[in-house]
Amino acid sequence: MSAVAQAVMRPTTALHAGWLLFERDLRLAMRRWEHVADPLVFFLMVTTLFPLALSPELSRLRDVAPGVLWVAALLSSLLAADTLLKSDAQDGTLEQYLLSGQPLTLLLLAKTAAHWILTGFPLVLVSPLVAVALGAPAESLDTIMLGLTIGTLTLSLLGAIGAALTIGLRRGSLLLSLLVMPLAMPLLIFGARSSELAIGGHSAAGPLYLLASLLVLAVTLAPLTAAAAVRISID
Amino acid sequence: MWTWFHKLASPPHVYRIAGRLTPWFGWTAFLLIAAALYGGLVLAPPDYQQGDAYRIIYVHAPSAWMSLFIYVTMAVAAAVGLIWRIKLAHAVAASAAPVGASFTFAALATGALWGQPMWGTWWVWDARLTSELILLFLYLGFMALRASIDDVQRADRASALLAIVGVVNVPIIHYSVVWWNTLHQAPTVTKMGAPSISLTMLIPLLMMIVGFNIYFLAVLLIRVRGEILRRERSAGWIREQVRA
Amino acid sequence: MNPQDFFAMGGYAAFVWPSYAVALLVLIGNVVLARNAHRRAREDALRRTARQEETS
Repeated sequence: MSAVAQAVMRPTTALHAGWLLFERDLRLAMRRWEHVADPLVFFLMVTTLFPLALSPELSRLRDVAPGVLWVAALLSSLLAADTLLKSDAQDGTLEQYLLSGQPLTLLLLAKTAAHWILTGFPLVLVSPLVAVALGAPAESLDTIMLGLTIGTLTLSLLGAIGAALTIGLRRGSLLLSLLVMPLAMPLLIFGARSSELAIGGHSAAGPLYLLASLLVLAVTLAPLTAAAAVRISID
Repeated sequence: MWTWFHKLASPPHVYRIAGRLTPWFGWTAFLLIAAALYGGLVLAPPDYQQGDAYRIIYVHAPSAWMSLFIYVTMAVAAAVGLIWRIKLAHAVAASAAPVGASFTFAALATGALWGQPMWGTWWVWDARLTSELILLFLYLGFMALRASIDDVQRADRASALLAIVGVVNVPIIHYSVVWWNTLHQAPTVTKMGAPSISLTMLIPLLMMIVGFNIYFLAVLLIRVRGEILRRERSAGWIREQVRA
Repeated sequence: MNPQDFFAMGGYAAFVWPSYAVALLVLIGNVVLARNAHRRAREDALRRTARQEETS
């Protein structure tokens, strides 16, 4: 049993166990960069497709920039969601979490947080470059980044539910995407609208608040739901 | 009272009762729908604005209603099955899904067919049609998840959780789609509202809705019987009852 | 009202009748599929329990 798994099983506070898991996931990911790079490269390539498919004219691209950014972020997140639980499920660590006596909800929240840092956060960092490449004005960039931060956090949480439901299934990744996509549509609507308003020079407060409320809902309910799903999938 | 409830959860009992009830529900539904068809197509007068095209409402509205009602039913049954571990409830959820999906498809198709003469295009991203489309995706996801899991128990419970997540999201999705629709130019033709309802127009519509509901019960009972058989391991009552 | 007028549906026949056809398809289709599913489940169950009886 790994040192971290041992530590998690030791009688310790739930919060500490969560923190250990969070650290461990980040450290493990440092050894395998491809998990981090894949969603990022996917995001960059998808956003490149649109100028190629539509037009090199920035004025035209500016109109579709919000949609392109958010759809690409959604697709990247769905692609990345599979990796949240896959390796732990394969090597039996997931069962250790169940047996550890620590609240699974908190452990999953910790894992999702680490997962976001590895897959969602890079998208946020890169988004100003992509947005500018699609014609967005400099003044809109901070709002775009804020919206994408909230949005990708929510997507990671939704993805956790999907990942937990599809553990070990063949073509699980595709199924995960199909299951999560309808749930992510409101997020897409509000998020793209917030970026659209920002690009147009208006206040994006309304949709941003709506996005934030979705995040609050997701943070409170998703880890719980994912924990129930893990139990259903593993037991 | 308790023995009645226990019997309700007993598969062989439900199997037998369902078999006896199905023809009653089936024929009642048939008569109601036939009568509603006559009322809607023949007796009701043409609409002032939409002419005879409005008659599509007699199949569109009940389909849309059923698509939503069945989803909620499915989610409630799934939740009951998950919380109280009643296999029969899972059987009901599994049975309801394809029926609900088919009504959602019907709502979309009839909606498009109604939209073309009214708005001039086969598809419009109006709030209702878009919500119906997303509902179809929710149904398909539920069915796809079930189909991907070989173990019946895991399939039941995983899809139940998904259905609960879905039903919680339905109001969120609907609100966000309405919000999105009002932002951008709504279709220039006035919304596909119900025609000014005269009684001769309304009664066939209500009859059709009731007929569809009873029809759903009949089909549900047929499917549930099959689902019960799929889940039953013990030989005894199957060989006695099923051949009869 | 004569049959021709009825079928013409005020010029909207091309939309009204296919709509009703879709509805009819769904109504009939559900019954057919449900009955098939039940039949298949019945056959499987009988086959499954026949094996059980043989081994007992």
